[in-house]
Amino acid sequence: MSYQTLLDAVIKGDIKAATEETLKAVEAGEKAQDILDQGLIEAMNIVGDKFSKGAIFVPQMLRSAKTMQECVEALKSHFQENAMTTKGKIVIGTVKGDLHDIGKNLVRMMLEGAGFSIIDLGVDVAPEIFVDKIKEAKADVLGMSALLSTTMPSMSLTIKALADSGLRDDVKVIIGGAPVTRKFAEDIGADSYAPDAGSAVFEAKKLLNIT
Amino acid sequence: MLIVGENINTSRRRIAEAVEKQDAEFIIQIAKNQTDAGADFIDVNAGTFVGRETEYLSWLVKTVQDAVDLPLCLDSPSPKALSEAIKHHRGEPMINSISLEKDRFQGLLPVITSQPCKVVALCMAQTSMPTTADERVTVAAELIEKLTSAGVAFEDIYIDPLVQPISVDVNMGNAVLEAIQRIMETFPGIHTICGLSNISYGLPLRKLVNRNFLALAMARGLSAAILDPTDKRLMATLLSTRMILGKDDYCGDFIDAYQNGIINKD
Repeated sequence: MSYQTLLDAVIKGDIKAATEETLKAVEAGEKAQDILDQGLIEAMNIVGDKFSKGAIFVPQMLRSAKTMQECVEALKSHFQENAMTTKGKIVIGTVKGDLHDIGKNLVRMMLEGAGFSIIDLGVDVAPEIFVDKIKEAKADVLGMSALLSTTMPSMSLTIKALADSGLRDDVKVIIGGAPVTRKFAEDIGADSYAPDAGSAVFEAKKLLNIT
Repeated sequence: MLIVGENINTSRRRIAEAVEKQDAEFIIQIAKNQTDAGADFIDVNAGTFVGRETEYLSWLVKTVQDAVDLPLCLDSPSPKALSEAIKHHRGEPMINSISLEKDRFQGLLPVITSQPCKVVALCMAQTSMPTTADERVTVAAELIEKLTSAGVAFEDIYIDPLVQPISVDVNMGNAVLEAIQRIMETFPGIHTICGLSNISYGLPLRKLVNRNFLALAMARGLSAAILDPTDKRLMATLLSTRMILGKDDYCGDFIDAYQNGIINKD
């Protein structure tokens, strides 16, 4: 089945058309996982790529992400119990002392759009909270965000806390936020750095060796 | 309308390079350009240098005031950097900024109450960012109460209503514009201040969006802005808006600026 109409609807951000197309595909006998992978996640790949190239802007990206999430909701009942596979589990949050969340929320939406399962711890997240959740969820990736340079040291403290808990080798760490740089990421021993939500998806896939 | 010149910010690559190399001449030139363009305060911000902010902020204060006779706006979320930088400041600075976040409030209060200064009070609560006009007005009221109780002069307070990007939520413009109006009405004599660039984050044609936002904010009573005074189109918007709001006798400032070539494009 060609998913072009569904792809177009998600990219355009047309929730009504996209959810209709999703259900049409189900009725046509397509497997829910295929619709998710080839119709929805693929659409968000295209969206992320366009965003990174500057062809579309934040509002379009948000609209597409919301559209995709509506379609996923519509699909959920058509998956057998626990049959929806995700690309991996990611814990994200804004670090301790920092209340900014706009960037982090965009990253969350794009990672969800890419097929990852996200646990969003919100803002002002202390190192031990990150560590506990990573342990509990057996997360594959930790994403940390900071908008204040004064809170960036908490990223380093969190990485250290992971090491102290013996978890450092089990989880990949990616960081971002306006004052954060690739050099800072290297200096504190993070695995990766992403300057925006589109690149965050690219980096997360790279870290987990996923296409 | 009070103008704070925003250009000396190490998030700009050329400024960061100059600060690292201690290129005083370059920094002084940026300060002078803004002074000539009509700035009342010169903002200095070294916040991108994690670990060296205190040192660099103090260097900026000394360097700028060696050449320029304006007060500075000391811009940092770090009480440590601010309390050190203020020691080098000649005259009455503006401190940018305090908020209700506990560490920030407690850490900065001694600094702003121990010498005359203006203070930007950012409408950020303890645990979250405001999303509505109501939340902003509530935080503003609490900030004004706490600051004046601690001895800060009412007229020294500049409330920053916390501008958030339209691209993420199309209600963010109205939220902040309504907040400005209500704060000015509820607390006669208070000042309000904001930067412009947050509103346009994530959109194309950012300068256009920023200057339209400035005009709308001014119409709601905004009393001060942190912006680039060397941006002629922006200053043209500021001057023409001021004039339209009835604050420019005989349209004198606007026409002067035109005749002196300070603004020349419509």
